[in-house]
Amino acid sequence: MSTTSKVAGSVANWTDERVGASKLVRGLARKLFPDHWSFMLGEIALYSFIVLLLSGTFLTFFYIPSVGETTYNGVYAPLNGTRVSEAYASTVRLSFDVRGGLLLRQIHHWSALIFVASIIVHMFRVFFTGAFRKPREINWLIGSTLALLALFEGFLGYSLPDDLLSGNGLRIASGIILAIPVVGSYVSFFAFGGQFPGEAFIPRIYTIHVLLLPAIFLALITVHIGLVFLQKHSHYPGPGKTNDNVVGYPFFPVYTAKAGGFFFIVFGVTALMSAVFTINPIWAYGPYDPSPISAGAQPDWYMGFLDGAVRLVPGFLELHFWGYTLSLNIALPALILPGILTTVLFLYPWIEAWATGDRREHHLLDRPRNNPTRVGIGVMALTFYSLLLISGGNDIVATHLRMSINDITNTLRASVIILPPLAFMVAKRIALGLQRKDREKVLHGRETSRIFRTEDGEVFELHEPLTPHARWTLVQHDAYRPFEPEPDEDDSGVRRPGARLDRIRRRLSRFYFEDRVEPVTPTELAAAHHAHVEAHGEHEAVEHAEAQPELTGGQH
Amino acid sequence: MTTHDEGQLVTREPAEVPERFENPGLPDHRLRMADVDEAAAKRAERQVAALFGISALGSIITAVAYFAVKLDHDLAFVDYLDRLQLSNFLLGIGLFMALFGIGAGAIHWAKTLMPDDELIEYRHLQRGTDAERAEAVRILAEGGEESGVARRPLLRNSLIGALALVPLPALYLLRDTGPLPGKQLSTTLWKEGVRLVRDPEGGPVKATDMTIGSIVHIMPEGIDEVEHAIDERAKAAVLLLRLEPKDLAEESKDGAYNGIIAYSKICTHVGCPVALYEQQTHHLLCPCHQSTFDVTKNCKVIFGPAKRPLPQLAITVDAEGYLVAKSGFKEAVGPSFWERG
Repeated sequence: MSTTSKVAGSVANWTDERVGASKLVRGLARKLFPDHWSFMLGEIALYSFIVLLLSGTFLTFFYIPSVGETTYNGVYAPLNGTRVSEAYASTVRLSFDVRGGLLLRQIHHWSALIFVASIIVHMFRVFFTGAFRKPREINWLIGSTLALLALFEGFLGYSLPDDLLSGNGLRIASGIILAIPVVGSYVSFFAFGGQFPGEAFIPRIYTIHVLLLPAIFLALITVHIGLVFLQKHSHYPGPGKTNDNVVGYPFFPVYTAKAGGFFFIVFGVTALMSAVFTINPIWAYGPYDPSPISAGAQPDWYMGFLDGAVRLVPGFLELHFWGYTLSLNIALPALILPGILTTVLFLYPWIEAWATGDRREHHLLDRPRNNPTRVGIGVMALTFYSLLLISGGNDIVATHLRMSINDITNTLRASVIILPPLAFMVAKRIALGLQRKDREKVLHGRETSRIFRTEDGEVFELHEPLTPHARWTLVQHDAYRPFEPEPDEDDSGVRRPGARLDRIRRRLSRFYFEDRVEPVTPTELAAAHHAHVEAHGEHEAVEHAEAQPELTGGQH
Repeated sequence: MTTHDEGQLVTREPAEVPERFENPGLPDHRLRMADVDEAAAKRAERQVAALFGISALGSIITAVAYFAVKLDHDLAFVDYLDRLQLSNFLLGIGLFMALFGIGAGAIHWAKTLMPDDELIEYRHLQRGTDAERAEAVRILAEGGEESGVARRPLLRNSLIGALALVPLPALYLLRDTGPLPGKQLSTTLWKEGVRLVRDPEGGPVKATDMTIGSIVHIMPEGIDEVEHAIDERAKAAVLLLRLEPKDLAEESKDGAYNGIIAYSKICTHVGCPVALYEQQTHHLLCPCHQSTFDVTKNCKVIFGPAKRPLPQLAITVDAEGYLVAKSGFKEAVGPSFWERG
């Protein structure tokens, strides 16, 4: 026995005798995980979170969470003699005087952007593939909560340096808080410890940013990943993959190397971005002061959709009555809209489950096209979100296109109402079209680009039938049919309890599954072949003469 | 159903056709180069080692960059910036190599040299078996019975009452996070006779200094000496403009002086400074959400998400010809709030 294995053996023994590690190893080390690029999106989020913890801890060694006034005197000459807050001065010093400080600050900021982006893309992956279905609804809720908290955490984080850009962001936040009906001014005074901007806010959000939210993140992420282990990862349909198995590679050693390696790659790429791309140059923005502002002010991208919504809603929605002011122009886009979106987001798994009436566990993912209505809903949401994001930069669009800001805003106002439903219809049609293409491929095979002409002058292209393996992916799914409730009244005319609810459910179910393309059945494939042989029987002779045993004639 | 065996189209009797296709099972495993060729495996091993070597090199670069590229405060500002940029670049590139090398090496190792046979593991329903569930129900029922919660409703009800009250401290403990708003949202430092001073450079403004078409950022005199100056600045910021007197709206002329007119700079939408002035059209634009105010219409909103006009600050001149406030603002400046009216 080599020294290494002796040492490893005694360590293993020590651990096992104390915590029973051998049972854990047996349970986890050979656990299988399926392979797919889209499963790495959530990993990126996880790794960015670790990078955020590491880099953020470094930042706290130098950052001072205080708006106490100080005079900046340091290496960044343009600011010398300026009255600034401790928070701002310490962030400038951290960037300019501390070796590696700028790098770690930029790593922290970049990985925050990557964190939010990967969460959102991961969510869309989960949505379009139906990974939120039973039994994974809990993880959908946890994930959605994490996504919302990530936006909030990011906003707090970039507010900490107390620079001009983020200060105006806080000013907007205070304006939105003031728009809360009835209690807005009270909430604002409690949050800011008095008038805006006050002295309390920065230290408060610092605690929330570095202590409270990271602790919540850590807890939720642990449960999120624990559930992935417990429920076993879902996998894409394909030959050999069923709802009752998981096909993949073992956690140890393959995924230890692949996933562990991927952490280093995510961290490394973040470091590269931070080495070459400047982000959030707060020294150039200057310290926060309520009077100045720069044109083209933009929040970090993930707040853009909210800012965009606030930009679009016209002012006439501010109502004045009985001596009170109700700022619906602000409350609608900044409070009510996010509330509605969040509610729909959280409830979605149950909405769809109600339409399908399906109580089974789902471990095989959907190919997105196989649920065209879901694709439509997702693309509609994406369109709505993108239009709001563009609205958040309507001034940038205006200056770049040299167009009137008013025209652009009006166009966007109309677009957020008109385009999402259009996007729904188009995306749903595209999904249905893709399903038809799948059917076509299964029934008539793959086009080979080999053109034949018969003695009668008929021209046709050879089609190669799919192998059972290639075919399986295209035919394995179930197509739901709309829910048909029992009649509302029985023979003696007595209304059935729950009939009204069933009618709503039928409408929802029809919305989902009225238009559908069902997968090819063996009977249909046989019929297609019969039809083909009758129409083009003679082609078989051609093929055989050509010694192309795997080819058959297509029917067009 | 038809299947393809060796190119023969075999048509079976319809009776044999299943309703759905059957899962054909995992495709055959394909061997990789490194599985069959020892030389290829050796090559992959060397590639992985080289990637780990790149990582080690990156760590060395990071060390060199940290200790050799000094952020020397004696440097001239521009040279210092260059040095900082170099330091940031080398540290970042070194870190990138150090991390990426490990990551790429580990993944290459897994993909070329670790087994790539797809394995199968079976899933079980998440729910317990009926026996397990019955047992769980029995245990809970037994525990519930032992606790006596059902038999002693007094215990249950008083516990519910206590639990309902216990979060209350969390609410009232937050009460001291801030004072009540009082009149603070409706008042500013402006009052009769307060001089208008330039911001940030300071110094009062003579009416005769204001040329037509000019715009000056204004604060009330002495604002930097008061307590919580920044809170006051957030409310008291004012824009001073001069137009041809004929361009001013009739209702705004009372508070204007010789075409010189002052408006609150705090947007009535969510409070950003309305700092962009289009001299030709006399429009003020808020850069945050593009609310547009027309100075010739007493700063009425002509576009965007704001509803109310920017409040006007009535001004006049004092004995020395300096611009002063004629009175404070007649209404609350800045964003709307419920009790604003």
